[in-house]
Amino acid sequence: MGFEVLLKGTNFIRLLSGLWVALRISLISVAISIFLGMILGILMTLKAPVIQAVSRIYLEFIRIMPQMVLLFLVYFGTTRVFNLNISAETSALIVFSLWGTAEMSDLVRGSLKSIPKIQYESSFSLGLNTYQTYVYVIVPQIVRRMIPLSINLITRMIKTTSLVMMIGIVEVLKVGQQIIEANRKSSPNAAFGVYLTVFLLYFLACWPIGRLAKYLEKKWAN
Amino acid sequence: MSAEAKEILTVKEITKRFDDIQVLDRVSLQVKSGEVVVIVGPSGCGKSTFLRCLNALEDIQEGEVILDGEVINPTNSGLSKAREKIGMVFQSYELFPHKTVLQNLTLAPMKVKKVGKKEAEEEALKLLDRVGLLSKKDNYPRQLSGGQKQRVAIIRALMMHPEILLLDEITAALDPEMVREVLDVVLSLAAEGRTMMIVTHEMQFARAVADRMIFIDGGRIVEEGAPDDFFDRPKTDRLRKFLNSFSYESCGQTT
Repeated sequence: MGFEVLLKGTNFIRLLSGLWVALRISLISVAISIFLGMILGILMTLKAPVIQAVSRIYLEFIRIMPQMVLLFLVYFGTTRVFNLNISAETSALIVFSLWGTAEMSDLVRGSLKSIPKIQYESSFSLGLNTYQTYVYVIVPQIVRRMIPLSINLITRMIKTTSLVMMIGIVEVLKVGQQIIEANRKSSPNAAFGVYLTVFLLYFLACWPIGRLAKYLEKKWAN
Repeated sequence: MSAEAKEILTVKEITKRFDDIQVLDRVSLQVKSGEVVVIVGPSGCGKSTFLRCLNALEDIQEGEVILDGEVINPTNSGLSKAREKIGMVFQSYELFPHKTVLQNLTLAPMKVKKVGKKEAEEEALKLLDRVGLLSKKDNYPRQLSGGQKQRVAIIRALMMHPEILLLDEITAALDPEMVREVLDVVLSLAAEGRTMMIVTHEMQFARAVADRMIFIDGGRIVEEGAPDDFFDRPKTDRLRKFLNSFSYESCGQTT
């Protein structure tokens, strides 16, 4: 079946450290995206035409552009033109954060719109100022509404990190390929066993996040 | 209420327009400390908008609102300060759904007035006990009935020790059997000398609670007076017609 190659040497440990690279990239970008997306989402609901126009363009651009092209653009494209030497991992973080921020800000904007104006007014009339109203009244409510949607985004980001091997980052899928290549002669079936293991590793990474979301949803339901 | 009670709120010729539609047309009013003013009028006459102008939830195009000698200005940074002194209760309760009853009550005192948690909770529990909801302190708003939510909303406004309470059709969304429990709370507040401005459609309640009645129609104060004169001896045709629409024997004549 091809599982035996995993027991050779440090192969399985290498796979796990590849998974860690993928998770590190996605979790750091998720954290950045949640923070920046929250701010951008709030800015988008303010009645500022310039911010609205700029954020619209940004969102559309990110949505249309395949993530892989963005990766190439940031990693290969900027090197000569701007004389920047960005490492592969930094490029990946930039691209994933750009993508995550765009999607997250749209989620924040949608959730904000679903909160009736009179909730703000109720808070204002208790003497809370705008900042306090957002921090204590509005944001906690939108966070609760956003949990299911943002979990979806986070798992998508984890899965999409498999693209970063295209700019030379050795993450879990790339490690898998290397193991298969190295053992082509001795275990011709390695592709099945290794890819299945990679598949299970992705599952193990994403499944707890889904469970956490279910738990939070339940906890906040009452 | 003594005749020389001090004026708490002065409304000077305020005019409100939504785009081209004139909602309020040079409305002036004075409210004394301890006075209960009840505002009635046909729907869409501008009475709710009038209340909302008082704590600057709506901007006004002309005139000014003076609270305790200070002009309330929607653009000035002291707006939150002014709103602390004006409690407001809405038709749709507007409790914060992610907070328990107790947290709803203590949020503003703790964050705005910087009252200690223990102190705020003590006061909240006292008020909850007073409106018969002590056992609900750890419930979330969604677990309460409409009448219970509205009683919480009223005492949430009281937690800020406002100088004046604005009640905007607070029983309009309630099932009939819950109206009483909410209005009883308001009556007890009136009895202890709270200054209130109330917009309502409950005429019997209005008569019982009001020191002064005001009839708004078409964005203007058409008539005002003591409750007995207002209900029994209306001076204007418009008020007479309006009051008639609440009594059933007249239904045949008006339709």
